[in-house]
Amino acid sequence: MRLKLLPIGALLATSVGLVLLFNAMQGCRPSTAQTVVTGDAASKVYVKPGSHDEFYNMVSGGFSGQLAIYGLPSGRLFREVPVFSQDPESGYGYSEETKGMLMTTSGFIPWDDSHHPELSQTDGVPDGKWCFINGNNTPRIALVDLGTFRTTSIIEIPNSAGNHSSPFTTGNSEYVVAGTRFSVPMGDEAHRDVPISTYKENFKGTVSFIHPDPESGKMSIAFQIVTPGVNFDLSHAGKGPSEGWFFFSCYNTEQAYSLLEVNASQRDKDFIMAVNWKMAEQLVKEGKGKRAPGRHYSNWWNESTHSSESTIVEDVLQLDPKEHPGLLYFMPCPKSPHGCDVDPTGKYIVGSGKLAALVPVFSFEKMQKAIAANDLEGDYAGLPVLKYESVLHGEVKKPGLGPLHTEFDANGNAYTSFFVSSEIVKWNVERLEVLDRVPTYYSIGHLCVPGGDSKKPWGKYVIAYNKITKDRYLPTGPELTQSAQLYSIDGDKMELLLDFPTTGEPHYAQAIPAELVTPREVKFFRIDENEHPYVAKGEKETKVERDGKQVHVWMTSIRSHFAPDNIEGVRMGDEVYFHVTNLEQDWDVPHGFAIKGAANAELLIMPGETQTLKWVPDRVGVWPMYCTDFCSALHQEMQGYIRVSPAGSNVPLSGTVVSNLEN
Amino acid sequence: MIALSALALLILLVVPIWRIDLKAPQYPEGLFMQIHADHFSGDVEKINGLNHYIGMAHIKDEMFPEFAFLPKVIMALAALGIVAAVWGKRVLLFLGLATLTLFGAWALYDMYKWGYSYGHELDPRAAIKVEGMAYQPPLIGHKQLLNFDAWSTPDVGGWILFGVMGLLAGVYFLEIRDMRRIARARRTMK
Repeated sequence: MRLKLLPIGALLATSVGLVLLFNAMQGCRPSTAQTVVTGDAASKVYVKPGSHDEFYNMVSGGFSGQLAIYGLPSGRLFREVPVFSQDPESGYGYSEETKGMLMTTSGFIPWDDSHHPELSQTDGVPDGKWCFINGNNTPRIALVDLGTFRTTSIIEIPNSAGNHSSPFTTGNSEYVVAGTRFSVPMGDEAHRDVPISTYKENFKGTVSFIHPDPESGKMSIAFQIVTPGVNFDLSHAGKGPSEGWFFFSCYNTEQAYSLLEVNASQRDKDFIMAVNWKMAEQLVKEGKGKRAPGRHYSNWWNESTHSSESTIVEDVLQLDPKEHPGLLYFMPCPKSPHGCDVDPTGKYIVGSGKLAALVPVFSFEKMQKAIAANDLEGDYAGLPVLKYESVLHGEVKKPGLGPLHTEFDANGNAYTSFFVSSEIVKWNVERLEVLDRVPTYYSIGHLCVPGGDSKKPWGKYVIAYNKITKDRYLPTGPELTQSAQLYSIDGDKMELLLDFPTTGEPHYAQAIPAELVTPREVKFFRIDENEHPYVAKGEKETKVERDGKQVHVWMTSIRSHFAPDNIEGVRMGDEVYFHVTNLEQDWDVPHGFAIKGAANAELLIMPGETQTLKWVPDRVGVWPMYCTDFCSALHQEMQGYIRVSPAGSNVPLSGTVVSNLEN
Repeated sequence: MIALSALALLILLVVPIWRIDLKAPQYPEGLFMQIHADHFSGDVEKINGLNHYIGMAHIKDEMFPEFAFLPKVIMALAALGIVAAVWGKRVLLFLGLATLTLFGAWALYDMYKWGYSYGHELDPRAAIKVEGMAYQPPLIGHKQLLNFDAWSTPDVGGWILFGVMGLLAGVYFLEIRDMRRIARARRTMK
């Protein structure tokens, strides 16, 4: 009996043991990411209905090519401003007037990869006037006017291949810069058609200084500095004591042209390149620059004619630093530096070697001393390299893994993003001491503190722009939303307040108090100031005219009809241009314009504005057109017809508004 | 005092006399229209834009003959006041007060008449027709007109007009009282 019970007892004991063991092991397994959010986080980001956010957050769209506008602290998306990519909902890049904004020497390029928004500055502080953003792919810089939140200027950068290190500004927006990501052979055709393996001899880099006209915002290239062939990554202007200098991070000083992930990661240190732009400006003034081939487009939006104007410039003024000692110095910086950030005092430059296990901080004062003492480590392609130890303020030890970017608060603290260890680390710039760290979900790229790259950070929040979203939101198939996270930095400890989804892929972002932007807001365009060549300033000015195969319709829209709304006499083979003027003179009354089968897009026309849609009919018949913006109680009645007759038809050309009561 | 009042009347030539305020769910910021001695100001075009739905006539300065003669009437009234002040005849003061009161009454009546015709004489082709609905604005005070709340109130000029009327009435009252006192005194002296 006892012998029989023994196995049962053993079995029971084993089972109990297994259960205990299983429970114990649970604690050893990694738990899924649980965010620690304190109880009052919601109240800190709640902006009650009808109230406004405290900050605007201008966030790059990455591969969307656009610029997204959010409110902080709510994280609400207000607008996606079309910049480098066509936008069918507004007609940007489709209407006859806006197409020119996207012209380049490679032709009409209706997309790009926009990375870094940068607000214009006055005395080193964002002023709420403009927001610049770079086109990384087909090298361009765009200027978005914050009065209209529209792209009003785009300049193409010649002798550049990938405009990544851009568009960071000097303290009074005298210049925004463009450093090429790829070095390439340049010059005439014979100099450009070279074996890739001749990188060292033939490939060059450039950093360009672009001047936006303070009144019109129209951009032009002031000068370009030719550098040895490397990859430029990011940059920032000096300020305060370092005003007059610009700092660029560069990697691939190995000058690799293949398998860069290995070949460009060999050297222990790459560089931060310091450029004395005040000196460059002086050299240009003295006529020391040389004109070099550099065909490029400069596109500008004329708000009076509601049309783009493109200028083609054939060459560019270049400076060779080898001919001008003192113009350019290299500072060694560990392991492929990415971020290159200057603290609010302008005394320190933070380099972030993305493969380094530390964050080096350079001292501008020491850099000046090293230059004066000619304290060199050697040269790089004939240009002076300062000694690392001589220019170093110090290193932040064991900060985290994969440092990328740094922003600052007004209290002497820095916030650095760490991609690999997926966290934000707060540290003191003067003491180089790590103060706090918070996880991000997941793998943060850029980060943003309101005013955090300027002389006067407003602080309050740090926002993480993450590269991986995974399980943070309801899944939407293989392609997930992109994500940002808002943290409070008011206290000693950073505190996660909010996750919010973003459009495109957010790279860099800037934030500015709303009160600096809202006084500039344009509510509508004045019809009496409209100088569009095809404007109709009232229904009496509407007409339809034929010019060979082109039919031009001077059309108006007002709640709730078009004039004319019956158009006849269009023939197959014609190109019809609808020049639609929105006659409204009130805020928030746009009208849309759409025609069945339009191969391009619809139009969204703001009050007082004229925009043109080209339409090529493909069949005989009567075609509908209508307003796409729910403008009024009778929006659904805002429609009309276009009659298309066969080629050679003798139907007279007419455009009318017919009243049933008069018939 | 009388001269000052007369001069104050001249201010009516440059400031708005009356105002109409409108508010609707879609217009949280409100719309307004001001009536001056010789023109309208404010959101007249926006109001016209909205009025076309219900068939109200387009409001234009040219349609009001009043704007041609109103400034002259105001100047005449001011002149009368000055004459009364200089000459010092009580009868002139009474005349001034009487014409001013008559003028005020006529102005209100005129405004009512215009309001009535605007509110009632609607375009038969109007998109929105509400059975039995008229859109006459209130003469003074508040009224609900479809989705709009409308307020009609005196503006700076209107208040000056009322002020001057009150002042003249006060002066006239004092004059009468003094006259009676003097008469009484004379009687007792006899």
